[in-house]
Amino acid sequence: MRGPEGARAVIVYGDYECPFCAALEARLHELELRVTFRHFPVRASHPRAQAAALAAEAAGRQGAFWPFHDALFADQGRLEDPHLWARAEVLGLDLARFDADRRSDAVAARVREDFRGGIRAGVATTPTLFSEGLTHAGRPVPALWEALRQA
Amino acid sequence: MPPIEAGQPAPEFSLGTHEGNRFTREDLLGRITVLVFYPFAFSPVCTEQLAIYQEVLEDFEARGVTLYGVSCDSAWSQEAFREKLGITIAQLSDFEPKGAACRAFGVLHPGGFPERALVMTGPDGVVLWGHQASSPAELPGANLIFDALDAVGV
Repeated sequence: MRGPEGARAVIVYGDYECPFCAALEARLHELELRVTFRHFPVRASHPRAQAAALAAEAAGRQGAFWPFHDALFADQGRLEDPHLWARAEVLGLDLARFDADRRSDAVAARVREDFRGGIRAGVATTPTLFSEGLTHAGRPVPALWEALRQA
Repeated sequence: MPPIEAGQPAPEFSLGTHEGNRFTREDLLGRITVLVFYPFAFSPVCTEQLAIYQEVLEDFEARGVTLYGVSCDSAWSQEAFREKLGITIAQLSDFEPKGAACRAFGVLHPGGFPERALVMTGPDGVVLWGHQASSPAELPGANLIFDALDAVGV
């Protein structure tokens, strides 16, 4: 979770290879929101999304989930393993630990849990955003920013 | 044309498999089946729908449920679509006579392709549950199927 306490709460289901998710993410940064990101990697559509989600969670084990998350969305053209290692290095993570964690059952279970939670909540496409009675699925549109600006 | 209602026996129908066999009402018997009617292979929304179902396929299998994708595309197109997505959900083709099975289930769109609909049948071949999206662009989440399974007590 990121953002100031007391700000409007937003839950986003997304994947790091999804261009609309990156577009949504960029806009969310401009607004004062309390954001929870949940992984919804659909391998058939986005083959690198699962590996990226695992890497973000592994970075999270070293306290760097959000910086890694931002670094993934900032450059969706580079999601192969060497690019993931490069990000971990730039963020000063312990690389051996990062690599062991992203391949661990615990991290895989965490991502899986997010996915199943998304299915239960009716997520059928990425990104899907929930916020205090508001649901938006798919390509973000200007009406969404307007709605989110209203407290 | 409304989709077939729960409690009705599944109609007689014949769909083509990739192996060149026929898949008929008899193939529904003895297990729970979900027919996933989708408008077109390779259309973006259909791509996402089947890809998401594939992600939770093990959860369906754990509950003894078999999913099939059904469209009016040829079995060759469906197989290419399945391979492109990297999914294992088997595809059934309503190619000739085109749309006949979809019509029998009440899910043939006037445009000559399936509505985006889900039909669940029980081991006795009776329809347990059905859902039709309000438009072909609307994507029914996998939660609808899980909710239906909960509701019928599977």
